[in-house]
Amino acid sequence: MQTLIFRTIAPYVCALMILFSIFVCLRGHNEPGGGFIGGLIAVSALALYGISNGVNAVRKGIIVHPMAIAGFGLLWCAMIGLVSLFFNQPFFTGQWVFPEMFGVIVALSTPLFFDIGVYFVVVGAITSIVLELEEDSD
Amino acid sequence: MAGLFAPFVAALFAPILVKNFGAKAALVLAIVPGLLFCHYSTMLGEISLGQIITGGVQWVPTLGVNFSWLIDGLSLTFALLISGIGALILIYAGAYLKGHEYLGRFLAFILLFMGAMQGLVLSDSFLMLFVFWELTSITSFLLIGFDHKREAARRAALQALLVTGLGGLSLLAGLIVVWNITGVREMSLLLATGDSLRESPFYLLAFILVLGGAFTKSAQFPLHFWLPNAMEAPTPVSAYLHSATMVKAGVYLLMRLNPVMGDTIPWETVLPLFGTVTLAVGTLLAVRQTDLKLMLAYTTVASLGLLVLLVGIGTEKAIAAATLYLIAHSLFKGALFMIAGAIDYATGTRDITKLGGLRKELPMTFVTGLIAAFSMGGIFPLYGFIAKEEIYYALSDLWPLHAWGLIVVVLANALMFAIAFGVGLKPFVGREIKTPKYAHDGPAGLLLGPIILALAGLAAGLFWTTSHFYFASPTASAVAGEVITITISVVPTINAAFLLSMVTMAFGALAYWKLELLRSRVAQILAAIGWGPNRGFDQFISGTISVAVTVTRATQSGKFQRYMTITFALLDCALLLPMVFAGELPVWPHFPIARLYDWAMVLIAAIGILAVVFAKNRLIAIVSLGIQGFAVAVIYMLYGAPDVSFTQFMVETLSVVILALVMTKLNLSVEDHRLNGERLVDFSIAAAVGIGFTLLLFKVLEGQLDLRIPHYFEKYSTSIAHGRNIVNVILVDFRAVDTLGEIGVVMVAGLAILALIRIRATRNQSAISEGQQD
Repeated sequence: MQTLIFRTIAPYVCALMILFSIFVCLRGHNEPGGGFIGGLIAVSALALYGISNGVNAVRKGIIVHPMAIAGFGLLWCAMIGLVSLFFNQPFFTGQWVFPEMFGVIVALSTPLFFDIGVYFVVVGAITSIVLELEEDSD
Repeated sequence: MAGLFAPFVAALFAPILVKNFGAKAALVLAIVPGLLFCHYSTMLGEISLGQIITGGVQWVPTLGVNFSWLIDGLSLTFALLISGIGALILIYAGAYLKGHEYLGRFLAFILLFMGAMQGLVLSDSFLMLFVFWELTSITSFLLIGFDHKREAARRAALQALLVTGLGGLSLLAGLIVVWNITGVREMSLLLATGDSLRESPFYLLAFILVLGGAFTKSAQFPLHFWLPNAMEAPTPVSAYLHSATMVKAGVYLLMRLNPVMGDTIPWETVLPLFGTVTLAVGTLLAVRQTDLKLMLAYTTVASLGLLVLLVGIGTEKAIAAATLYLIAHSLFKGALFMIAGAIDYATGTRDITKLGGLRKELPMTFVTGLIAAFSMGGIFPLYGFIAKEEIYYALSDLWPLHAWGLIVVVLANALMFAIAFGVGLKPFVGREIKTPKYAHDGPAGLLLGPIILALAGLAAGLFWTTSHFYFASPTASAVAGEVITITISVVPTINAAFLLSMVTMAFGALAYWKLELLRSRVAQILAAIGWGPNRGFDQFISGTISVAVTVTRATQSGKFQRYMTITFALLDCALLLPMVFAGELPVWPHFPIARLYDWAMVLIAAIGILAVVFAKNRLIAIVSLGIQGFAVAVIYMLYGAPDVSFTQFMVETLSVVILALVMTKLNLSVEDHRLNGERLVDFSIAAAVGIGFTLLLFKVLEGQLDLRIPHYFEKYSTSIAHGRNIVNVILVDFRAVDTLGEIGVVMVAGLAILALIRIRATRNQSAISEGQQD
């Protein structure tokens, strides 16, 4: 699998896929997409990079152990649910703000951040499986 | 309420205190039960006038569970015994285990037990009673297994936990039945329900279940065997838990429930029967022993039997006798155990045949032991004497009813008399025998406890009017559910009871004289019987394990293929059988599709499936499975579910990648080696699953969809949740808690898979390295 062409192109494809995955994740509230799908795209990107350039390159690239990413995501999601308690509302009640940034009104909300947490859990959990499986196979 | 938690808090600090102050920490810790004792003493006046103190807080109001306590004569006497003896035991333990590596832990366990036991006797609500009951079992387990490096200690601990834990479950069931019958879950309310429990058709059930709890805890035959084994624990534990307090929990329960459960035919038959048998067995086995602690342990079993017998008889006199004997027993047995520990500490042995002539070396121990033995032997003017007289009054009044009980009691009391002096007198008199250690009186800490307990027994006897007024009468009244005034005096009068006492003492003295002969005779009989409940317990446990092993071997083959076959075969049954047998097969639905490209996608999916089925090579099969998956994803897209389709695409891609990786990682063979017969079976199961799901979906489509929920989501998705993608809004907003659970599952599944892969990897590596060594 480690042909020269594949190895050269894989990093670019991987980068593009990661970018796309973030895009998919963020647009999810109004268009098809969301944290789960975005996460799966990112996993494929990392798996691809792992197949082409080896597992160590991926591990170095994402710095922390993928399971740590998943753990962070899960904790993050649970914390997001607690935000509404400060406003005396039930667990996970969505909170919204609409600040103006650079002349554009941006909708920031707890569901958005929750989705980002889902993204992290999916990326972390599945990447760690994929990497573990790829490790010995080369 | 603070008092209820004080021992637990003290237990928390015990290890730190011991670390800093060594064995002196025990003195500091003894202040806690000491203060509790004083606190309870202040209630004596009020309680002795027949008042009841209750209190509590709501714990879980929605379930109606309260944290409530009830203090009447019975609870107060127990609380005083627990805190008073507890304080002495702490001091004793500090001296006995001085310099022990885990003294802090030991004292912490003792305090934990104290808290649990105190909670048990003060509990008003059933739930609290049960929780504390179980806590005493657990702390008893920890204390018996304290010397955890010895196998005998571990076995005894486990045995005690299993027997009393089982009893605890029985008690819980019993309390639930009682609650269902009467509708109350507080002792104080239960006591006011009168005859409703006795008249219920479920009385017998509740009775048996409660007895299950009481008889295991109070070591009634044939469940008595755990108690002598529990002597593996350090002596302070034996003195405290396994004679003075915990083993009385069962008796406490029976006494507590006597007003509402007693006075029925089952109660007056079963309790005296088991009590009498336990009494007889306990004393006979006690005679057999040569270890001081074991002799005492079996007499404890016997005494518990005697108490159950008296509670079962349930007349006013019998209850008075039970109360007197309960208090007396706690005092003299606690003292004698501590004496046995002190002899062991001083000489290095507890074997009665290796002890003799110690009166010169251990004068204080000797005197104390003798006083306690007088009480146990029921000799004037000690408290034990009063108790024994009252027992004989109670039994001789009923003559000829319970005639057998009376005969057994007289003989058993005689044997207990012999054993009392066997422990309290025999090691100190006669020829001096050289002991493993240089014999000398133990430190003050070792003697303080037994001296106070022995003197308490003496004082309670001498000042009988006072002790009756404050302790025995209020307790007996609480047990009987009506006012009982105990009047028996320590001054002997010539009557039937006194004559029986004389007979007992004569027999007892004879038995003491011929103790050796008696021991060998009982030993012969026991050897002839051979089998006992103790061995039965082992057989039961090993039997359970071998059944479990057989079942596991049969069901868990460890072959993945077998698991898959069973899972899918069961799925088939679940899907198809109800539909076929209930005659609810769906009719062939009307398909709205007619578009060419729809059919084209279905065709591609079908080709993919066929490729999977006919592929000779597993890798090809995996990739072909992907074809089918992508085709399905496109169909989702065509029918307006872009989100689902999108996810399906990603899932298909990743499953192909991961499956291919698994193939290479696990070194699965590329070829499929199944025989044709196996393939046919697998094929039919798979086909049945497919058909089953298709039919199920058809059936679902036949029903009317409830559109209220989709309408709700459609209506509010943009207006409240500011999102146009309803699927995503459901996931992250409307049903965010579900999603949180799901990603939790993703995470845990990931961890599990990671672990599985690593286990496999290390096993392969070790196999390789072993191969290299060869």
